[in-house]
Parts: sequence; C-alpha cells; structure tokens
Amino acid sequence: MRAMVYRGPYKIRVEEKDIPKIEHPNDAIVRVSLAAICGSDLHLYHGMMPDTRVGMTFGHEFVGVVHEVGSSVQNLKVGDRVMVPFNIFCGSCYFCSRGLYSNCHNVNANATAVGGIYGYSHTCGGYDGGQSEFVRVPFADVGPSLIPEWMDEEDAVLLTDALATGYFGAQLGDITEGDTVAVFGAGPVGLFAAKSAWLMGAGRVIVIDHLEYRLEKARSFAHAETYNFRECDDIVVQLKKATDHFGADVVIDAVGAEADGSFVQHVSSSQLKLQGGSPVALNWAIDSVRKGGTVSVMGAYGPMFSAVKFGDAVNKGLTLRMNQCPVKRQWPRLFEHIRNGYLKPSDIVTHRIPLEHIAEGYHMFSAKLDNIIKPLIVPNAG
Amino acid sequence: MPYTADKPQPKESREQLRARIPGWGADLDPKDRPSYPREQPGIETGAHWDFPERQPESRPRELSIEHKFLTPVFGTSTPPSGFSGVMRKYAYKYSEGRAAHWLILLAADRVNAWESHLRSFATLRPDNPVTETGVLSEFSGHGATSRFGRKRADLSHQWLDPVVVGAPWVLAGAGAVAVLRALRLRRR
Repeated sequence: MRAMVYRGPYKIRVEEKDIPKIEHPNDAIVRVSLAAICGSDLHLYHGMMPDTRVGMTFGHEFVGVVHEVGSSVQNLKVGDRVMVPFNIFCGSCYFCSRGLYSNCHNVNANATAVGGIYGYSHTCGGYDGGQSEFVRVPFADVGPSLIPEWMDEEDAVLLTDALATGYFGAQLGDITEGDTVAVFGAGPVGLFAAKSAWLMGAGRVIVIDHLEYRLEKARSFAHAETYNFRECDDIVVQLKKATDHFGADVVIDAVGAEADGSFVQHVSSSQLKLQGGSPVALNWAIDSVRKGGTVSVMGAYGPMFSAVKFGDAVNKGLTLRMNQCPVKRQWPRLFEHIRNGYLKPSDIVTHRIPLEHIAEGYHMFSAKLDNIIKPLIVPNAG
Repeated sequence: MPYTADKPQPKESREQLRARIPGWGADLDPKDRPSYPREQPGIETGAHWDFPERQPESRPRELSIEHKFLTPVFGTSTPPSGFSGVMRKYAYKYSEGRAAHWLILLAADRVNAWESHLRSFATLRPDNPVTETGVLSEFSGHGATSRFGRKRADLSHQWLDPVVVGAPWVLAGAGAVAVLRALRLRRR
C-alpha cells in the first residue's frame, strides 16, 4: 500500500508499505477513503514530539471501509463504512468505563500520561496512522462507528477530531447563558469552538489570531467578533477594554504548542525543543479571562514543561479545564446538530490533496500558504 | 464595570441571538451536554470483556516504568533500531516525570533522522530534502503573496525553518567535500 512516511523534521514522503495485519482479535483493518492533516500533526512534522520515529505514518483523522476484521469483532463487518475517533481506547479500563476514552490505560505502553492516538509518535502508543491507504484499528468493537447514510464523508472526517475537539473545548468552559467567550486561535478547532459556544448560549464570542484570512472565516462561519493581535499593542488590554474591563468569562486556548506572539517563546519550543510548547496563547488566556473565570485548553502541548503564568491563574482564582477530547462521547449530540443544520463542518475545508502530494500539503499547512485552513488527504486520488 | 456589583448586560437578547445564529442555545443547559458529568460510570462502550485479551509480544516492547505491566494492546510501528534505538531503550529507564526521559528521546529522534538519511544513501531512493520538504509548493501555494503585506506574526521566525532543515545538510556536504579533499592530498 502507499503510505505517508516521516523522514525527519520537516521531511515526509510516500512509500510502499505492507498492508497492516490483524495483531489482536479485536483489530480491524480499514481501507482509508478520506483523511486529514491536523494542526497538531505539525508538531510531529517539526520534530517537537519526543519519540517520533523515522518510518512512522501519521494521521489521526480518517474515515474508510472495513477491509478485514479480527476473530472477536462482533459489531463491524467487511464493507462497513466507518468513521474512527482519533482516540484508541479499550472500553473497559477505569477511565474508559467512565467515559474518559482519551485517557485509556490499556493501549499506550510508552506513556501513562496520555491514551492512544493514531499516528502520533510512540509517546502516544506507537500506532501507525491513517494518512495511508490502509490502517490498523484496534478495538474495532469500541472505537469506530458506522457513518450514517445521510452524512457527507467530509463532515464525517471532521468529526473524528476537529469538530469534536472544538465542541468539547466549549463544554469545558462551562458556558452559561450570556457569557462572553474568547477563543485564541482561528484554526479548525478554534472555529468549531467559537461556533459551539453559541450553541451553549454565549452572549458574545470573540476570536483572536494573526492570520487575517482565518479571522475572516471566524466572522463568516462562526459569527464571531475578531481581533488580530498584531494590530494591538497588547491583546490582553484590548480584550479587557472590549469586555468593560472584566475580561472574558470563558477563554478557550485553541492554539497549543506553536503559539506565535513571542519570538523567544516560539524558537525555544518549536526550534530548540527546550519547552513542551510555546505558552504564549495559554498565558494570554490566563491574563485575559476575568477573575473567577474558566480557561479551557484544547491546544496540544508536548510532555516537557512550558513557562506558564501559574501565579496569575492562582491569584485570579481561575478554573483550568483540559483534556484530549473523548471523541465518541460527542458524536450523538453532534450528529443531531448537523442534521438540524446548526453545524456544517466541511465548510472549513480549503484543500483536498492527493496522498502522493502530501509533502506539499504539509509544507503549505506549516507555512500557512494559499489561505489554508483545513487540508484533507485523498488516498487513491490518482 | 467590575468596580461595582453589576454584571454587564448582554448586547443582544435571546431572541436576537436565536434569529442571527442557527442553533443558538441548543445546548443551553450545562447539565444536558455530552461531557457532563465528566465521569459517567456504566457508560456503554461496546466492550465485551472485563480485561482485553493480550496481544502477542513478538519482541521485547519498550514500556514506561510507570506501568505495572505491558498494556494488553500496543502499537508495533517502527521498532527501535540502530544507535537511536539504544538511546530510546535507555530513555525508558527513566519515568515520564523526569526530564532525562524526554530529552534523551528528543536526542534519539535527531540521531534516528541522520541514521536514516545515511542509510537511504545506500538505496535507490535516497532522502531528497527538496521533494520531502514539499518546498516546491511555494510556487503553487503562492508563497510570496501568502506571506508579505499580511501582518503575520510567524514571519519573524519562519526564516529559521530552512536554516534548521538545511544547515545540517550543508554542513554534512561540506564535511564530505573536506574529507574527500584530504584523502586526495594524502594520495599525492
């Protein structure tokens, strides 16, 4: 099969690999019909995640058709069209049995601090991902769901991570009616978090970024007020002024490890790998939320430390909530919202790239070229 | 303002928001959201086991020392190999709470990249930093107009990317040339 393969920082190519085998009785092998590149894939691409090995296939957002099932699989059969959450989880450990699928304890031998994630380095379990023609899907009875007949495949692939994560991020903010919600980051997760905040009764939604084309999307897709932090002397002061000097009730960090806004913070983390991630967006979130407010962290960070303004968080009496999203828990409600016309996730797709051109796709996404917001990867696109 | 007891009034009423924003308030009740409560004991997952059957361990699998035993299911992508593999196995002697664990793994990643580049030169498909970085998309992706005149914050450090990627190759190339010259001089 053809598969994307990591060759070192900033370098990937497509190689011929063996089709994955069934390695556990509850595995399925899925033939990928559509995949995506996530903003967090860029942290792998840039060499920021420890234990990212040459030869690994990335990709934790994919949908496809069941190609083969293991001997104990009961809920799926060959030929089923499935959407697969980015979490690999067993369904039976302490965490899974309480709905915390992203914290599964039975799938990641390399680290207890994170559950299993497809194609996200050995720190997240060492599973090859779905930017390929076939992928091994463990615990096929637990993870994948059939794609509803009425659902568009592009909407389905966005449900495997980006939309579910943005929606989860808004929930972690404990938004109540009339709240002012600020979202740092106008990438896919930030756009979905902003849109979701309205579903939860927000009175105002403000999105902050430095890429004008993404802020335009935040205005049109997510009905948000926007600020370009490059046009402000101090974005924290700007947000205080915009909120009657309170600060926002809820702030969502949808930026993560490669936050811009400080040369030193960005270079020390992304280039020199001395921090798990640039804390700029997280620190702005802590400083711009009101006292007693909630900061919801959806941005992905590496396992090393980051220079976070924890003293401010303490002194302001903040609630900080965060986790990798337990995707499948969000699906029933998100399916309803899509059917009711409240959400159309594929509206943010900007690029559809054949697998053979995935190296160009990663470069464009990393360098933010061609107004890219969300690139999809099409295996067998010819 | 926070200097008095009153909270600011919302700019728009419920009715105005509902009219402007499709689905406004559909998840209004915080207790009626999918992630509430955070823990939901007894949730139906589809698992038909109390503890999963164990995946066969065909070779010794590296394992965090914070685990009691090997997880019943584990990834089998890219087993550790070469000197970077020795480094990775050493890193796993430290817990996830130790900086040494992560720093050694990051160093192993760099060694792994260079082991692989060198190995690739002995094959019919050596690593190609031009095609593998996707830099040719600068033309199709409108690299210049995407960057300039747009107040982008990342331009302050984007120039470092080709240095980070290219410098090792340039240095390695210069080193190879220096070695070849030295060998030629010795032969004379």
